[in-house]
Amino acid sequence: MNHLPLIIKREYLTKVKNKAFILMTFLSPLIMIALISIVVYLIQMNTSKVRQISILDESGLVKQIFKDTENTKYNILDGISLENAKEIVKEKGDYGLLHILKIDNLNEASKSIRFYSEDSPSISLISSLDDKIEKELTNINMYRMDVNPEIIESSKINIDIAQESFDGEKTSEIDSGAKIVFGVIAGYLLFMFIIIYGNMIMRSVIEEKTSRIIEVIISSVKPVQLMLGKIIGTSLVGITQFVIWIILGSVLIVVVSLIFDIDITQMNMSQQETIQHAIQGSGDKMKDIQGFMNAFFKLPLTNLIIAFILFFISGYLLYSSLYAAIGAAVDNETDTQQFMMPIILPLILAVYVGGFTVIEDPHGTISTIFSFIPFTSPVVMLMRIPFGVPIWQQILSLLILIGTFMGTVWFAAKIYRIGILMYGKKPSYKELIKWVKY
Amino acid sequence: MNNLLEAHSVSKNFGNFTALNNVSIAVPKGSIFGLLGPNGAGKTTLIRVINQITMPDTGHVLLDGEPLQRHHIQNIGYLPEERGLYKSMKVGEQALYLAKLKGMHKTEAKKRLLDWFERLEIGDWWNKKIQELSKGMAQKIQFVVTVLHQPKLLIFDEPFSGFDPINANIIKNEILRLREEGATVIFSTHRMESVEELCDHIALIHKSNKVLDGNLNAIKREYKTNTFEIGINVSNAKDVEQQLNERFHVSAANFKSLGDELKLNIKLSEKDTANDLLNYLTTKGQLSHFVEVVPSANDIFIQTVKNN
Repeated sequence: MNHLPLIIKREYLTKVKNKAFILMTFLSPLIMIALISIVVYLIQMNTSKVRQISILDESGLVKQIFKDTENTKYNILDGISLENAKEIVKEKGDYGLLHILKIDNLNEASKSIRFYSEDSPSISLISSLDDKIEKELTNINMYRMDVNPEIIESSKINIDIAQESFDGEKTSEIDSGAKIVFGVIAGYLLFMFIIIYGNMIMRSVIEEKTSRIIEVIISSVKPVQLMLGKIIGTSLVGITQFVIWIILGSVLIVVVSLIFDIDITQMNMSQQETIQHAIQGSGDKMKDIQGFMNAFFKLPLTNLIIAFILFFISGYLLYSSLYAAIGAAVDNETDTQQFMMPIILPLILAVYVGGFTVIEDPHGTISTIFSFIPFTSPVVMLMRIPFGVPIWQQILSLLILIGTFMGTVWFAAKIYRIGILMYGKKPSYKELIKWVKY
Repeated sequence: MNNLLEAHSVSKNFGNFTALNNVSIAVPKGSIFGLLGPNGAGKTTLIRVINQITMPDTGHVLLDGEPLQRHHIQNIGYLPEERGLYKSMKVGEQALYLAKLKGMHKTEAKKRLLDWFERLEIGDWWNKKIQELSKGMAQKIQFVVTVLHQPKLLIFDEPFSGFDPINANIIKNEILRLREEGATVIFSTHRMESVEELCDHIALIHKSNKVLDGNLNAIKREYKTNTFEIGINVSNAKDVEQQLNERFHVSAANFKSLGDELKLNIKLSEKDTANDLLNYLTTKGQLSHFVEVVPSANDIFIQTVKNN
């Protein structure tokens, strides 16, 4: 007699009908959106504040380059001492005072320039001042050396190396960006999923133990069936919750941006601006986003989706069976800490390896090794796959993962079978191994 | 086939600890079978073996002549000592779930549940959550769930714990009624008065071994010492006691009565019969009390455990 569907159904329904669950499912996106809105609002408020900056230029070389912008107003002071200037700026409550001494040697100009302010000034402001003065002084220096900066400017050549793999697949930096985004999202999603719903499984096992219903249940069903039913039922709950979150989240984002008239693409642009500036000067943002989307659809999507599903499921099952075993081994949640460490560690390791090593060198030794070790492979492999991993490697890694998963389910079932009937003392690792041998 | 359940030489070890050592029991059809023993003797392990929760290391169990198989769980109703229900589930939902796990169809389960709820006068609990019920109320639900699928074999481990005397009595009568309807009951308890009251057969397990089993009356016959408890109104108690002492083995007895008669326990030798004693006593005075001392289940329990 197969009780699995019955158990899955109960696990699913009782969890989904739980008031706390419903509340969490519908409140979380609201809270998230609220938080994001507050952050966005604060950023906007911050940038829309007008800064007054006074300039005291004793060298007379650069004061003409400071042009008022929307957020920054410059106030040129002349013919007063530094002490006086400081007084004036303080009184007026300006953001700060830029002071330039007489410059004898342009190459050592830095020594003569100083910014005075009440509090530490914002880094972006200082760097933009740096840029402006640097550019102007460089130009002056060039003229002094009889070099025409315009010629230098016009002689500049812009290079963007096109990338192509041996079998003719063309890529670019934007493509790499898309790959990283996909990999990171997939990896983190799995990580989050394991932590949240693994814990849920553990709690539901503990609940059966503390409410002492467990012996009643296993006089009707096999412990392995009960365990698998719990794992699958909880996973379905997780998927339900995730789907609701995604739908609600997207709807809310659209609604919020309509209400507050925040242009999402604009938002991204202003944040990217500083970085973009440093890398390649001003670029056409719309073109970038379009390029990103194109790059995204150029990824081997079929492979990605299939791999995502397979690795996600096997990786999740691997960890959740361990969570179930922990739940069975202890009597209450406070006792779980000792056993959680060995589960959390490889997960965190996987995310770190994925986050740093894979992005740096997706096919390097470390990335490759970790994408085969079963406890890290789901996360690391999911991050590697967008960069093109040979199918045989994916299959081998998956086979290792599935093999290990069956091993852990067997192992967990052993512990589960004994553990659910054990009350009282918190078991040691030694005792757990003894249980497996029974 | 007269035995519904037979366990043959069942042994179970947990590491170095022997929980059951070569235990055999036979539970006759339609009987109430008392499984007795001190704490930690191995009763629960034996019950778990019968429920296929634990697999025996050696030995086998027959249910109705067939070796125990997975589908037999439908024929067994088990009320464990460590019992409980899902706290946040509604009574009706939960009972239906547990019934379906036992292989019952939903409509049939619901019909029978409503019958039971009505009989135990708990019909209006259907939509209550377990956590809203008292312990005794939850125990009633648990009992109903155990017997709902009309199993041939019912196993109760301390069924009366948590019940007040009134409800304990209701449950006791329900157990007897189920037996009338053809169920066989295995009954594990420490409360000897309920063993006395209910059981036809008993088995006593001590330190993983079965030390005693059989029909309760037969065991009592075996354990009785041919002793009679008497009360007699005599004028000269000392003389009579001395005279009795010469013929029989006499000790003081203690029982409640209305008068202040001479109370004695008199053990007969093998050649004497109860009638001999009775005839002898009638010549001495007015007899007010004459009862054969039958060992109680409690006495047998304590005596057997001490001797082993």
